[in-house]
Amino acid sequence: MLAWTIYISFLGALLLLLLPKGSAALARILALLTAIVTFAITLVSFLQHRTGEMLTVTDVSWVPSLGIRYHLAADGISLVLLLLTGIIAVTGILFSWNIEHRAKEFFAFYLLLIGAVYGVFLSYDLFLLFVFYEIVIIPKYFLIAIWGSTRREYGAMKLVLYSFVGSAMVLIGLIAAYVVAGAKSMALGDLAGYPFPAHFQMWAFPLVFVGFAILAGLWPFHTWAPTGHVAAPTAASMLLAGVVMKLGAYGCLRVAMTLFPLGLAPWGFHVLGLGSWRDVFALLAVIGIVYGALVALVQKDFKFVIGYSSVSHMGFILLGLMTLNQIGLSGAVVQMFSHGILAGLLFAVVGRMVYDRTHTRDLATLGPMNLNKAIPFAAITFVVAGMASMGLPGFSGFVAELMIVIGVWHAFPILTVFVGLGLVAGVAYIWRAMQKAFFAEAGHEAIPPHPPLPPISIPERLGAVILISASVAVGLYPQLLLNIIIPALNSPLFAGLHQGGWR
Amino acid sequence: MIATNYAQLFRFALPEVIVVVAALIALASDLLFLRTSSPRLRFTIAAIIGSLGCAGAILRLLQSPEQANLLNGMLLANPLTHLVQVALLALTIFTLLISVGSTFTEHIGEFVLLILIATAGMMFLVASQNLLVIFISLELLSLSLYILTAFDKSRAQSSEAALKYFLFGGMSAAFLLFGFSLLYGFSNSISLPAIADAVRAAYASNPHLNPLLAIAIVTTAIGFGFKVAAFPFHFWAPDVYQGAPAPSAAFIASASKVASFFIFFQVIVIGFAGAEGSARWLHFVPGSVAVLAIVAVFSMMLGNLVAIVQSHVRRLLAYSAIAHAGYMLLALVSHTQQSLAALLYYVVTYALATLGAFGVVAIVEQRTGGDRLSDFDGLSRRSPILSACMFVFLLSLAGIPPLAGFFGKFYLFVSVLDSGPGLLWLIVLAIAMSAVSLYYYLQVLKRIYVANPAAEVANGSSQAATIRTPFLSQAGIILLAAGIVILGCAPHLLLGCIHAAIRASGI
Repeated sequence: MLAWTIYISFLGALLLLLLPKGSAALARILALLTAIVTFAITLVSFLQHRTGEMLTVTDVSWVPSLGIRYHLAADGISLVLLLLTGIIAVTGILFSWNIEHRAKEFFAFYLLLIGAVYGVFLSYDLFLLFVFYEIVIIPKYFLIAIWGSTRREYGAMKLVLYSFVGSAMVLIGLIAAYVVAGAKSMALGDLAGYPFPAHFQMWAFPLVFVGFAILAGLWPFHTWAPTGHVAAPTAASMLLAGVVMKLGAYGCLRVAMTLFPLGLAPWGFHVLGLGSWRDVFALLAVIGIVYGALVALVQKDFKFVIGYSSVSHMGFILLGLMTLNQIGLSGAVVQMFSHGILAGLLFAVVGRMVYDRTHTRDLATLGPMNLNKAIPFAAITFVVAGMASMGLPGFSGFVAELMIVIGVWHAFPILTVFVGLGLVAGVAYIWRAMQKAFFAEAGHEAIPPHPPLPPISIPERLGAVILISASVAVGLYPQLLLNIIIPALNSPLFAGLHQGGWR
Repeated sequence: MIATNYAQLFRFALPEVIVVVAALIALASDLLFLRTSSPRLRFTIAAIIGSLGCAGAILRLLQSPEQANLLNGMLLANPLTHLVQVALLALTIFTLLISVGSTFTEHIGEFVLLILIATAGMMFLVASQNLLVIFISLELLSLSLYILTAFDKSRAQSSEAALKYFLFGGMSAAFLLFGFSLLYGFSNSISLPAIADAVRAAYASNPHLNPLLAIAIVTTAIGFGFKVAAFPFHFWAPDVYQGAPAPSAAFIASASKVASFFIFFQVIVIGFAGAEGSARWLHFVPGSVAVLAIVAVFSMMLGNLVAIVQSHVRRLLAYSAIAHAGYMLLALVSHTQQSLAALLYYVVTYALATLGAFGVVAIVEQRTGGDRLSDFDGLSRRSPILSACMFVFLLSLAGIPPLAGFFGKFYLFVSVLDSGPGLLWLIVLAIAMSAVSLYYYLQVLKRIYVANPAAEVANGSSQAATIRTPFLSQAGIILLAAGIVILGCAPHLLLGCIHAAIRASGI
């Protein structure tokens, strides 16, 4: 049944293209229905999932002469991310209810992107995974270049080239792995079980890991993220930060670390105190956390604040992956979910609720508008989202970051200090943005915006409520996700990782 | 003296004969009955006659599964040559379809005749292992293409391109003939397998590359490198792609590429078997493979990097063709059975995509008067179907899944790497360069989808703004796009045939 998430999304995209011209309302409704159906499918599968199993959805021969199969399967990790995709897909459409310009094309590209993302999370055959991974790139470009704002063509092209370079690196690694393993099968399980020589893993691991991590916003390859997010229309920023960046992180865990666990082993010598690729990427992740937070602290553009906060939060995920202990890894997966929800919410507030009404994102200009009076719902949502994002207990962000920090404490005690610094900076930039945008100093004479801002619409409220409740649900009862994540991490698929350095 | 059975020869050359007869019928009917009709009608009828001839030849090929090797390799008939010939005929049919709406010439019968004659030349070219027959059919092909390039008499550009093409082509033919003559002197034979025996014998007596053989390899590479537009023999390509009438350019870029690459592979792999040398990283050994590796590397780099700065779509396609020639040469570098399969898959799907792209360019040119990037502004608003097809063609060329171009690249790289780990550096370079290529393909798609239609068009009524296309052309373009999507989603459809044919032909 899960396979239908892909087919329904693609079918929805095709139907949208066939609609007559100028039927924006119909396009919206059709897109929303498609997204809701796929979301319902993921939710049902999520609830029905028995822990620890790798659930095969479809498995048919595709290119027999190369041993490539059309093999879709899901385990706990992919189900969590599928659920995230479902939630973001629905809310993204709710937050783009005001798109009028070429609406049917917008939603067609949007659903194409969603379908491909479902495909990546469901693929078990790595060729298939790569196919879906690359399909994601093209709709991203057009969503940003056609419907975007600030420097959209530049942002879109930069994003596409970064993604494509990343996927080129992945492709080299995958082809090499496929050929070294005898060119018989591209199934994840078969390749993960193949004993690749250590020297091969030593170059293939960083290649594939960095290839995926570019999309996950690993410092210093993150620069596409802020410009891309800022240029994108609201729904596309939500998808980008919420789901697409997770594709990168998912690829790091699912492909790079699973296939080449020995690549994480010590080199046997030290360069600048770094003794393995694991140390290198952990350090880069921490730099990303601190750098992203500090840069977010000095932004003038509201959306750039959120854009850099994404870089910082994605650093937590990559750092969690590099801890290689169970708590850190499962924390990383929870953080994927949590950041997906919260980044989506933050971008929705900034892009849809504020920017589409005020037509400015300059924090200094927003202040005098006295937005907490004009659009109180937006202010409240931003406060809640900000609290969740800075890691207030009761929200998903707290659980995830706590688990990661504990994992880091076990693996890299010294780095914990810097992570703490990043957390503090995280509180500061949210606080600053909140204060400047919504609660500017009382010394200003409040200038009511003219003409008065339209009130927050029903779809926006609905979207915000869905996202907040998802975050709270996970925050209050993290076992909801952990119950299926941890058995998946202990499955035979990750056996190589267990032997390679699982503490 | 071998007793020649002409009846048998005729039987195996029947497909070519059908094509030539169809060409003559098309010419005669056009000249005798349709002189006074409208060009559109004349083109439609001539194209239909030509397509029927090609379809008849395809049927004949599909019905004769028997294998033959006539006159010591002069004319071969085996599943592999049949497969390539069917592909060539199919590409010719598509070329005829997209040329239906053209208005560049009055000499419609002659145009169709030349295309079909060139097709017959290509069919003989791929079905021979004899140097002389290869050379003669190559010249038949080339001479037809020179004239096709010059066919637009109203534009000076067309004649200029043809002259350049002719001069370069004549020179490269001289090189090729020189190389062939050396091979003949070296081996006392004009049959490829016999030459291979002589090459092996020479290596057995002396492990170093024979200087005579070295010159033969280089001059042969020049001759074929010109046909496939590889660096540094590519200078004609941008001018011809730009100056030639669109259907001619499409034909040169697609069908002629398929035939040339196939025979290039045959000559290198069969004729120079034993003199490969090596292109492995840090283990470079002079030989045919080493020469081709250098040519491939520079073609990929030059093609992709220069394409970035082009402002005309046809020139852009020309430089992308140079880049693709670079990728395809990798198959020759690895020269295994698998890489022949990969090469055939790649070149056929590449030809489909290029043909389609030229079809779209031809229609846009007729409506907007040029092929500058800005002429494509807002095409998606004016003709959604054509834009969607162009979207498919360009992304397939860029190698985005699930389109055929992606699987072609994937399989090609796998086959190259599978032939030996030392070729990884070529793969890394090729993949890096294909990442570059996405940039310029997206530049075109950006014009089509993102930019707004030009002002004077936008001001006109919406009816005037939409682009009308002749039915046959549109059907051809849509079929091509559908073919690329289907072959990309189900590569086995074509790959299975190729594998079966290669196995059955025992190459």
